[in-house]
Amino acid sequence: MDTRELILQGSRLPQRGGDLMTLNMGPQHPSTHGVLRLELTTDGEEVAAIRPHIGYLHRCFEKHCEVLTPPQIIPYTDRMDYLAAMNNNLGFAVACERMLGLQVPEKVEHLRVVVAELNRIASHLVAIGTCGLDLGALTPYFFCFRDREMILDFFEEICGARLLYNYIWVGGLSHDFPEGMDDKILRFCDYFEARIDNELNPLLSFNKIFIKRNADIGVVPAEQAWAFGLSGPSLRGSGVDFDLRRDDPYSIYDRFQWKVCLGQGLMGTVGDCWDRYWVKVLEMKESLFIIRQALAARPKDGDVREAVPSRVKLPVGEIYCRTETPRGELGYYIVSSGGNTPDRVKVRAPAFSNLCVIDTASRGMLLGDVVAILGSLDIVLGEIDR
Amino acid sequence: MNLPIERHEGGNIILTSAEWLVNEAIARSLWPMTFGLACCAIEMMAAGAGRFDLARFGSEVFRPTPRQADCMIVAGTVTMKMASRVKLLYEQMPEPKFVISMGSCANCGGPYWQHGYHVLKGVDRIIPVDVYIPGCPPRPEALLEGMELLRDIIRGKKPRQGAEARSA
Amino acid sequence: MEFDDLIRHIRAALPEAVAEEHPEAFSPWIRVERGQLPELARLLRDDPSLDFAQLMCLSGVHVPAAGDAPETLWSVIHLFSPRHHHKLGLKVVLDAADPVCPSVAELWPTADWHERESYDLLGIRYLGHPDLRRILCPDDWEGHPLRKDYQAPATYNGMPLD
Repeated sequence: MDTRELILQGSRLPQRGGDLMTLNMGPQHPSTHGVLRLELTTDGEEVAAIRPHIGYLHRCFEKHCEVLTPPQIIPYTDRMDYLAAMNNNLGFAVACERMLGLQVPEKVEHLRVVVAELNRIASHLVAIGTCGLDLGALTPYFFCFRDREMILDFFEEICGARLLYNYIWVGGLSHDFPEGMDDKILRFCDYFEARIDNELNPLLSFNKIFIKRNADIGVVPAEQAWAFGLSGPSLRGSGVDFDLRRDDPYSIYDRFQWKVCLGQGLMGTVGDCWDRYWVKVLEMKESLFIIRQALAARPKDGDVREAVPSRVKLPVGEIYCRTETPRGELGYYIVSSGGNTPDRVKVRAPAFSNLCVIDTASRGMLLGDVVAILGSLDIVLGEIDR
Repeated sequence: MNLPIERHEGGNIILTSAEWLVNEAIARSLWPMTFGLACCAIEMMAAGAGRFDLARFGSEVFRPTPRQADCMIVAGTVTMKMASRVKLLYEQMPEPKFVISMGSCANCGGPYWQHGYHVLKGVDRIIPVDVYIPGCPPRPEALLEGMELLRDIIRGKKPRQGAEARSA
Repeated sequence: MEFDDLIRHIRAALPEAVAEEHPEAFSPWIRVERGQLPELARLLRDDPSLDFAQLMCLSGVHVPAAGDAPETLWSVIHLFSPRHHHKLGLKVVLDAADPVCPSVAELWPTADWHERESYDLLGIRYLGHPDLRRILCPDDWEGHPLRKDYQAPATYNGMPLD
């Protein structure tokens, strides 16, 4: 967008006046959370417009889906949003199960909730850690990764992998929880809840500098949030009470007592960066409550693979199925004509839509605020570019 | 440890070769460039974090700018759109520079080798690579081992892989 | 609102809009002629009892010719109403020789990038889109990769692709 277009559009130009220049940020940059290129139009201090360029990690996932059977697609879904691989698996498995009319056993449902929520905590820890890291806070990053390593240890014990699991299959799971896993996870829940209250919050959340860098920055009003396709913590940070786990159910979350966390403008305006960050902290706590309840209620007997079909052949038809990942609404649009492989799988990645809002949210902000806004939106380029 | 040094009689003087000294200095303070592309970047971040701690091997900081970095850890899939930038960044690094290809995608295209129309099947098609680390993603310990292999190469204990490409 | 009520409400306001209805589908959808799409989209968003404030997903699909059926490209929109909690799928079937579809980016800003992706990977051109250019593939990429008859080039800018 050139200067003339900006003026004609009536954009809010930087106060200092003067000439506008185009600065490039990325695709290799420590704070862009991956290979993202931002074309900033700025007067040197304030941002007039941002034009994101993506595609630097376009790995042709959707083309692969056309030649792979659904069980073969599951490992590829891991690699899209690599911070929340369990949730990606879950979304695809649920979509296939709905098409097949498959009902998974109770034990599988409970274990799915446990691993999905553990992955939510792990993903939020990375988001929170890198949020602080981008703003210059190095210590919380190390503490977050230390706690995240414990969760990765659990996953490694359950299914052998630290980051990309291929765990949630169509109709079941690949492995059962080993003996003693429940106790370990419950001990972690107690340990981590104390860590959030005694370590993370005093160190980062209520830190004066962190608040100053995040409050009243990058405000996205609630009305804009739906139009821009925001979802997940970014949507709830703007005060919108909507969570797919409760409002468009795909699992057994309705059996557990938990709250949907909203941004309330505690430190500044509703919908600012601090609200989006705070929603993630609150969600981690809620995930702990859900995990405890799911482990208490889960059946101990049963084979996690008993409902896994020997061959997954999707029926003729199309479905759009969505689940709540740590980033927001992950949707799979699957078109099948009854063959071994789907005809088309389109992935609606939450970060793809969340990123669109960076232009309007950053107008008039300082260059350093762009980093804060990007951190609060919590994007993962793997799922944006697929 | 067989060090090519000898003690001079009659004083606190040791004799060694400049080459050995310089190589040791480089090997013990490799500063990687932050070049995480995809999932392997997360394991690289975990390797730099508390449990695996790359810093104790001398990689104290990850430099975002290629001008101050010794080694480029290509962690993740290199796509066609990104490939020219990878080459540019490699050329901007000052000598001596080294490249570690981390993960299956950077080694050979990874899981996307067959149908990835936009994926470069291995970063060694555009830049010379010194160490390949297999895995999808490799564990942080694998990255640590890869860096140890790189240190062996720097010390001259193993031959340089990309030597032919580099001298061309 | 149930799917049947939605269709009745739409037909009352725009009798010609719904060409086909599919309530039996896993995600119920209607087929819309491309000329009807702009008016229908505006009705769906602005009518208070419909109030489809969220465009969940906009996808392109390539269906090659099979038997008597000609080669077509679909542009599929999935909408959701946060207030009324109802969903609707809209499908515009385009002739592969003339894959032009009206854009809904003005109504739902999130569609901007979805339509660019559909154009990039499938070649569907969206009339009225503010900035229709490639988004995932490089700007000088040739061809539309998600088409079934797509042949990947052997090299790109001198770099081998196989």
